[in-house]
Amino acid sequence: MSSFKQKLLNAPYAFWSFVFVAIPLLMVVYYTFTDKGGAFTFENLKILLDKKYISVFAYSIWYAFLATVICLVIAYPLSYIISKMKSVFQDTLMVLIMLPMWINLLIVTFSWKEILSNNGIINSLFEAIGIGKVEMLGTSFAVVLGMVYCFLPFMILPILSSMQKLDKSLIEASEDLGATKINVIKRVIVPLTLPGVISGITMVFVPSISTFYISQKLGNGMIILIGDLIERQFSVSANYNVGAAISLVMMILILISVAVMNRFADDNDKGGA
Amino acid sequence: MKKIISIILSAVIAFSLTACGSTSNSNSDYEANYKNKLKNTELNVFNWGEYIAEGEDGGMNVIKEFEKVTGIKVNYNTFDSNESMYAKLNSGTAYDILIPSDYMIERLINEKKLQKLDFSKLTNYKYISDDYKNLYFDKKNEYSVPYNVGMVGLIYDKTKVNPAPDSWSVMWDKKYKGQILTFNNSRDAFAIAQFLLGIDINSTNKKDWDKAAKKLKEQNPLLQARVMDEVFGKMESGEATIAPYYAGDYYTMLDTNENLGFVYPKEGTNIFVDSICIPKNAQNVDAAHLFINFLLEPKVALENAEYLCYASPNTAVVSNDEYSFKDDEILYPSKDKKPKTEYYHDIDSKTRDYFEKLWEEVILN
Repeated sequence: MSSFKQKLLNAPYAFWSFVFVAIPLLMVVYYTFTDKGGAFTFENLKILLDKKYISVFAYSIWYAFLATVICLVIAYPLSYIISKMKSVFQDTLMVLIMLPMWINLLIVTFSWKEILSNNGIINSLFEAIGIGKVEMLGTSFAVVLGMVYCFLPFMILPILSSMQKLDKSLIEASEDLGATKINVIKRVIVPLTLPGVISGITMVFVPSISTFYISQKLGNGMIILIGDLIERQFSVSANYNVGAAISLVMMILILISVAVMNRFADDNDKGGA
Repeated sequence: MKKIISIILSAVIAFSLTACGSTSNSNSDYEANYKNKLKNTELNVFNWGEYIAEGEDGGMNVIKEFEKVTGIKVNYNTFDSNESMYAKLNSGTAYDILIPSDYMIERLINEKKLQKLDFSKLTNYKYISDDYKNLYFDKKNEYSVPYNVGMVGLIYDKTKVNPAPDSWSVMWDKKYKGQILTFNNSRDAFAIAQFLLGIDINSTNKKDWDKAAKKLKEQNPLLQARVMDEVFGKMESGEATIAPYYAGDYYTMLDTNENLGFVYPKEGTNIFVDSICIPKNAQNVDAAHLFINFLLEPKVALENAEYLCYASPNTAVVSNDEYSFKDDEILYPSKDKKPKTEYYHDIDSKTRDYFEKLWEEVILN
């Protein structure tokens, strides 16, 4: 009876994921392998081997990678410092970190667009102190900056929570046993917070590689990433098949990278144990 | 309970009566024409963004006015390019009113996606200027009613662009590197290169498109951005100094940035007529006709013409002394100052796929 009840409780979720996850995925696969008339074809995937598409994929991965690394470099030490603070400060800082997440992503991106524009405050400041205008919008710098700003909280929060859960006595024990500061970090703190790092990386990398709004607004229409390409296929070219093919390839890319990272985390767990 | 309802109802009626009596007294000249049995039905309208008077500065909100006069509920949706409109329509969404441009109407007619209009219901059609009847995309005037007419021109910052440009070639001038904007849609961007190279904008010869694509690639390093409506912010703030855009929009930008100038380049430019049509799968055809007729009302058409700053095909507007763009040189150039213009035509799907592919090469360059 209880298992029946469980099934009953699961039913809405199962229904939901069938309708809104499974069916759309199947549709993506269907469109990928059919042409406009509905006949089976590999043509949509073959098109993607074109040099211009490969370079879009390469750039998207590269920018997402850069954004992830920068987020990690900022987030890890920051989380460590926060986790060492008194809990009152910790709570305040948590709120400050989450604050940008409460503002709609589109508004955040649009604000950055204004800030970075040729007449924006940064360039006005540069002009006032005699450096002259530096064109920032439409450069890869602006796009990566936008990604870092928008997704940084997703890196900090999981790392911070794993830092907070870290058993302080383990650090004390290793220090008592004569480990140097570097060794404590390298052999105790880092391995124990790795799960947080891995989920942080995933949570930054995945939205970065699939974003199209950030690159469209901060890239001035001059920087085109996978997300833009997919959007173009559906909204402008009305080519659902190629659009689906690109989506499928992107999903596979994301799956691979997540799998690689999980593998990395598993290996490390075993090594630690 | 019934009592309360009836009290509320009578209050509402009394209020709306007094409202009619006081504010929109002047509109009663057409209100009577829109008495109908379609009350509480729905009308799905699909139009360009920012393409209908929205009642700013005390003007008329055309949609609200139509709802008030007819009691029909309007679901208003917008698109930002003919192509995205086409994609949405093809996905099966049913609309009652579409307002696409000429070449897209040609395509929709060819694909049998539009229905013939019942002109006996369009009593205001008489106001449409003969210049905009029997146009190439609807030769027998069966499917569409002109809404707005526009031409593409070059908008530039008079303080920064010297000498004043008269040619599209200024968009390839290295002096203005990083200050040039261009269209973020294939057809309009290609057309500029085609006019400059003296190539037919409706060519079906692949080599012509190759040449234009090569020219566009040369322009890439000079561009600040590819934009559509973002052009307003960039030109108004002085962020960019050269941009091709639609003549009417120049006046909107001029309101904020008085340094802007406008010219129709000598090589020629694109003219377009956006027209109102009813798709075949429309659900509320009667209301759609009512809506078209309403848009043609001299008063409503004037509100739209003032708000949108595009040229109106409506003679009642053009001849109205109260119309602030009456005899305006940019919107209504006199015969001797008329620029060379060409319409886009619907291009066969093979050529279209070809130049879309070229366009991707240009933007992914």
